Amino acid sequence: MKPRIGVFVCHCGLNIAATVEVSEVVKAIEHYPGVAHAQDYIYMCSDPGQELVRKAIREKKLTGLVMSNCSPSLHERTFRNLAASEGLNPYLVEVANIREYCSWPHQGDKETATKKALTIIKATIERVKRNQALVPLIVPLQKRVLVLGGGVAGMQTALDIANGGYPVTILEKEAYLGGRVRQLERTFLTMESAPDLANEMIDRTLKQPNIEVLTTSRIENLSGYVGNFEVQIRQQLPWVDPARCNGCEACVAACPAEVPSTFDRGLTTRKAVDWTPGERHGDRRIFLDHAACLRVTRQENCTACREACAEGAIDYPEDRLIDRTYGAIVVATGHDLYRKSALTEYAEDPDVLDALQFERLLSEDGPTGGKVLRPSDGKEPKEVVFVQCAGSRDPDKHFPYCSKVCCMYTCKEARRYREKVPDGQAYIFYIDIRSTGKGYEEFVKESVEKERLLYLKGKVSKIARKGDKLLVLGGDTITGLQVEVEADLVVLAMATVPNPGAKELARLLNINTDPYGFIQEAHPKLAPVETLTAGIYLAGTSQAPKDIPHAIYQAGGAASKILSLFSRKELVHEPLVARVDQEICAGCGYCRDNCAFQAVDVDPIRKKAMVNEALCEGCGACATACPSGAIQVKNLDSKQVFDMISIVTQDYSMQP
Amino acid sequence: MKIPYYPGCTLKTKAKDLEDSAIAAAKVLGVEMEELPQWNCCGTVYSLSTDDLIHQIGPIRNLIRAKEQGSDRLVTLCSMCYNTLKRANEFFLADEEKRDRINRYMDEEMDYAGDVTVVHLLEILRDEIGMDKVKAAVKKPLTGLKVSPYYGCMLLRPASIGIDDMERPTVMEDLLRALGAEVIDDPYKTECCGAYQTVNRKDVVVTCVHSILTSAQGNGAEVVALSCPLCDFNLDNRQKDIQQAYAGFHTMPVLYFTQLMAIAFDLDESVCRFELSSQDPRPLLKSKGLIA
Ligand SMILES: Cc1cc2nc3c(=O)[nH]c(=O)nc-3n(C[C@H](O)[C@H](O)[C@H](O)COP(=O)(O)OP(=O)(O)OC[C@H]3O[C@@H](n4cnc5c(N)ncnc54)[C@H](O)[C@@H]3O)c2cc1C
Ligand code: SF4
Repeated sequence: MKPRIGVFVCHCGLNIAATVEVSEVVKAIEHYPGVAHAQDYIYMCSDPGQELVRKAIREKKLTGLVMSNCSPSLHERTFRNLAASEGLNPYLVEVANIREYCSWPHQGDKETATKKALTIIKATIERVKRNQALVPLIVPLQKRVLVLGGGVAGMQTALDIANGGYPVTILEKEAYLGGRVRQLERTFLTMESAPDLANEMIDRTLKQPNIEVLTTSRIENLSGYVGNFEVQIRQQLPWVDPARCNGCEACVAACPAEVPSTFDRGLTTRKAVDWTPGERHGDRRIFLDHAACLRVTRQENCTACREACAEGAIDYPEDRLIDRTYGAIVVATGHDLYRKSALTEYAEDPDVLDALQFERLLSEDGPTGGKVLRPSDGKEPKEVVFVQCAGSRDPDKHFPYCSKVCCMYTCKEARRYREKVPDGQAYIFYIDIRSTGKGYEEFVKESVEKERLLYLKGKVSKIARKGDKLLVLGGDTITGLQVEVEADLVVLAMATVPNPGAKELARLLNINTDPYGFIQEAHPKLAPVETLTAGIYLAGTSQAPKDIPHAIYQAGGAASKILSLFSRKELVHEPLVARVDQEICAGCGYCRDNCAFQAVDVDPIRKKAMVNEALCEGCGACATACPSGAIQVKNLDSKQVFDMISIVTQDYSMQP
Repeated sequence: MKIPYYPGCTLKTKAKDLEDSAIAAAKVLGVEMEELPQWNCCGTVYSLSTDDLIHQIGPIRNLIRAKEQGSDRLVTLCSMCYNTLKRANEFFLADEEKRDRINRYMDEEMDYAGDVTVVHLLEILRDEIGMDKVKAAVKKPLTGLKVSPYYGCMLLRPASIGIDDMERPTVMEDLLRALGAEVIDDPYKTECCGAYQTVNRKDVVVTCVHSILTSAQGNGAEVVALSCPLCDFNLDNRQKDIQQAYAGFHTMPVLYFTQLMAIAFDLDESVCRFELSSQDPRPLLKSKGLIA
């Protein structure tokens, strides 16, 4: 069939018309081969403008459109939808961008601009002549979600999605849910018990029938794409069968391996087989930590616990590999604190704690049963120095960012200390107090007044052991004086950093991290819970330091994005993807090596490239790499490109 | 090993004890420090303003003097000189345009490329001689002598030119241990001595030094070892003023690390020039049987 193309030239008010002689363009193009209709209008995207286009499609029986106007990112969709509603395949519509590419850069040079506009239009006409009618690809959507990390952010996302009716799997690397909140004593502002808060949430999570919790599990492998992520999970099967264990602790007594407790951050030790931490947690049970067990650490064939167990609850099964398909993934892998030893000006001393260690000292289920006693000699500390911004806001030596929560939790911890040791003195060194949430400033003010917290505006330059005391040297920038405190205990509000392994995880998921290893959101303002990989979302402190309320907001945001994704029956994908001519392809694999989306692979038996259309973004990197031209992007194949190049080179010569 | 040596003004006057003991002790270890035939002031205090090129010319000229000796290294003893020379070279290297301007201004000099490395004697001892060799050269170990090393700031800051970890240096400790001394670790070893405030704000220096010395004494130190003539002036001479300001303050001797090396190597006592000390170290050293 002979092409009957319609060319529509938009004035865009004066944006185009002031620089391009629009009527001349129409006159010149009217009789160009293949053109059945040419017309200009002041605003082609307006209702009357669109009506003109509709009428022309109908009356002139157009087989393709060249919309000569602004960038395709603005109105390509508009005109393609319009064509579809008139029964013309939308992929027979192309935009000739004569605004951003022509009238704007050539303002004041009408002659050049008019000539160039004509060239762009002609080239686009040649492209449209070879365009094929395409139909969008339909991609199935697995309505099942994988949440990585079982802290408050992960649990909240899982609960919101599960309550919406979709199945969720939470993958938690530890043996228990709750994340950092489980380690805290109380939480600002309400000063409610943190274990109770965590417990209540864990309880809801475990009871929600749509949620499956896999503890001591990690993601091992990932392939696929939004709607269809193929995931391999490695689950360490529990070596203590909770159904049979009666909690007699015979195994605990028998176990020869004693290690520092990560939960108590080294303030206590635990046996490799021992209770999960936190006496008040409903999911408390005896569990065997593989990472501490001599069978793993020393490859010994120790069976002391199995022999000690009268119930036959203990055995050492291999890890289980589970293959699953998920439609969406949420990264909620949380945070850790920067290591104290990085601050070399501060002594490595048993009485210099990080803020999480201090939370453990405050906690009833902690090493001291909730009494504030210093680790070195078990005495009650009467002078406690808190150091804020330890490693944060220090671009030269550590991290330039503000860790955001430490001002608030330091105030909380100092207040709790004073409540527990009423004759004690709390000193807090700070740079500024950042209390910018609702009710936060009031909380700080109230704590300062009620508990007589002594805030000193300055940094601490040195912490050193001095006999029974810790010598703390700092400055007070308000009085301009040097301050020396002889303290019994020092608490460092260490910078918030991502959990170890975040970078490796990001690489496995093919998502980005920022320079510090936090997961990078797709857009800081407009897409704060998405990553740049479609179908992978984020929540909580894996993205940046934040407190519980903000982690919960973000979790809700991620869940609602997924629920809206799942409200569709299936996913639709642009058909502008790469296609392989199987007869020409020699199976060299250059296309595969150049694809940023892992959308091309070479069939090992047939030795032919194969495109996964659901993954292909139509960028064309493969087409430029292919030595034989076997792989082409639909509606932008090499013939079309060369046709366009010959127009440009014949018709338009650059002025020197 | 021969290496050009930059003394600086103080080592020719008040800190003769540092120079004489250092040259003699280094010689025992095979390090011949050859004084530059010609040198000028190091600049004393490194200029912090970025467009102040004229102040960089003094130190750079000294580096050119080293170059003229056919060497790409220059050793120093005074911490202040070390700091100024090393940083001037760093400044000179960092910016090609400024480098050019300085070279063009000094048109009577050979063009300098920034290729002289300034080293402190402590670095040579640690990185080239090694503490084992130092130990092997000891004839009279400083057994029982409780020494607290004091670094001050000029050897360590800023980190880019420091000879050791800015917060937890160990080079002097390692040296003193090799000499057989008992090392007292003191948290004030990197705190400021008050520096040039000694000229018009003596009270500031008195406060700083009082903290430093009482802390060292509290930890059991009998003597402080250091490398900087300005620190030495403040820690040693200012003790008279501390006594006036703080009743009950006990004085203590302050020595250069090189003097302690000379004693341990059993060199002639005259190289130590003990008579230049304000707090005479001889009674202590005698009581320990280290000098006659
Ligand atoms: C000392 C201190 C005191 C605080 N006090 C308060 C307070 O009073 N009030 C307040 O609002 N906030 C407080 N916070 C902040 C609060 O802890 C965080 O907002 C909260 O923990 C964030 O939850 P999360 O789920 O994002 O991360 P986390 O709590 O860190 O949980 C992440 C979870 O993911 C798991 N995980 C990590 N990597 C993987 C992986 N690769 N695969 C599977 N699972 C993985 C972890 O084991 C963990 O269970 C405090 C923080 C600190 C450090
Ligand atoms: S939240 Fe406060 S303590 Fe923490 S880094 Fe920011 S300013 Fe410093």
